[in-house]
Amino acid sequence: MMLAMDFAFLIEKLILIVVVVFASLGIAMYTTFAERKVAAILQDRRGPNRAGPFGLLQPLADGMKLFFKEEIIPNFSSKTLFILGPALAMLTACMTSAVIPWGNKVELFGRSIDLQIADVNIGILYVFGVVSLGVYGIMIGAWASNNKFSLMGGLRAASQIISYELAMGISMIALLMVTGTLSLKEMVVQQQHGYWNVVYQPLGFLIFLICAFAECNRTPFDLPEAENELIGGYHTEYSSMKLGFYLFSEYINMFISSVVMATLFFGGYDLPFFDESTLAPNIAAIIGVAALMAKVIAFIFLFMWVRWTIPRFRYDQLMHLGWRILIPLALFNMLATGGAILYFGK
Amino acid sequence: MNLTSIIFLLLSLMAVGSSLMMISSKSPVHSVLWLIVVFFAISGHYILLNAQFLAIVNIIVYAGAIMVLFLFVVMLMNLNAETEPIKNYRLQLVGIVAGGTLLLIIIYAVMKIDVENLVEMKVGDAGLIKNLGMNLFKNYVLPFEISSVLFLSAMIGAVVIGKKDELSK
Repeated sequence: MMLAMDFAFLIEKLILIVVVVFASLGIAMYTTFAERKVAAILQDRRGPNRAGPFGLLQPLADGMKLFFKEEIIPNFSSKTLFILGPALAMLTACMTSAVIPWGNKVELFGRSIDLQIADVNIGILYVFGVVSLGVYGIMIGAWASNNKFSLMGGLRAASQIISYELAMGISMIALLMVTGTLSLKEMVVQQQHGYWNVVYQPLGFLIFLICAFAECNRTPFDLPEAENELIGGYHTEYSSMKLGFYLFSEYINMFISSVVMATLFFGGYDLPFFDESTLAPNIAAIIGVAALMAKVIAFIFLFMWVRWTIPRFRYDQLMHLGWRILIPLALFNMLATGGAILYFGK
Repeated sequence: MNLTSIIFLLLSLMAVGSSLMMISSKSPVHSVLWLIVVFFAISGHYILLNAQFLAIVNIIVYAGAIMVLFLFVVMLMNLNAETEPIKNYRLQLVGIVAGGTLLLIIIYAVMKIDVENLVEMKVGDAGLIKNLGMNLFKNYVLPFEISSVLFLSAMIGAVVIGKKDELSK
């Protein structure tokens, strides 16, 4: 059975996986740089400009610094779990990219290659499953640190992520009612031929966006690492590259959730007001990837803009927003969508 | 032996092994983590049965939500304290009887297994989301609705219990 499998297919997928993982790591790396630059611009400063031209080598310098720091494992903690925590955080952050359609087909060496690692028919649920597992990295690391501040941070993270997952899921159900498919690829194809989903689901998109901020632990929802209450939150006891993994996985999560939002609501690799099918497939694919990346960069900028504009919520405000405002709104959105579909017979 | 059989055996080993680790490990946090591994193995079996929807829902609901709550409670209850083993012998006896009965049933089921043909690929498509939805909302709509009412009552019950102290004030 193994031999019967197309060997070239295996190689093709392997290359695609390596490219996608390294691309998301590279983009996340430069997102850390962009974060500091955007913060500097918003605060009327210059930002990092010493390492390399325009400070472009700054992320490398940061990474090197983390690598050469002393690695400390607390005496009273469970060593395996202490190491497992950041590893899990990184793993779940990288896993989501498997079902995302990065572009249309390209033709290379006489083969037509899909720019998607796996077009499974439960695509969006897979993303959801991996996101819901992301909390384990934080919780295991927090518990294994054997530190009260870490534990509080971990518990905050877990309850926050569980609470916002509900509203996110319900807003997703409304979207699925409109599209009628779970495959991300099919959703993009539908949006290429019709309007973008954000036109049908503006409220759903807003709820999804807020929940994505919460799921990524970004300001104004970064309570798990609120330094003025919890020292450093769940990664208080971490040092060296393990700390780097935690911080870095946040940026990968931000990148992936931007891609997911662009794909679900903003047409994915679709360039608006333009018919790609008239072009040669390779050029169309390149334009598609570029269009997706442009949308992603816009979302990442939004993440940063919000971070340096809106202060952190109090914990009860966070829970109030999640349970008493977003979930009823999402339920209302779902009912209204169902009613509209019935009424217009779509 | 084909690839599917190998995957099946690996998943089964993973499931059985981590279940054993779960019941034998001293720290409750480790037990919870091993149980999560069991859920992953079971989801793998669902995928082999061509039931991707069930597999992913198993991960989202059990591994992603319920076990997080378990972990939550365990972490808050005893920080690093080794739990006391149950000293009550009557309870142990009850456990042995209940577990033994289950073991008998499983042994009976295992005896009827067709050993020659352990796994088959692409058998049935009842687990795919479309067929599952059609089945649930056409053939089994009444049991489905009844169980949803059951869930609702459980939810209301949880809220009532959670609000007990506030109500009595």
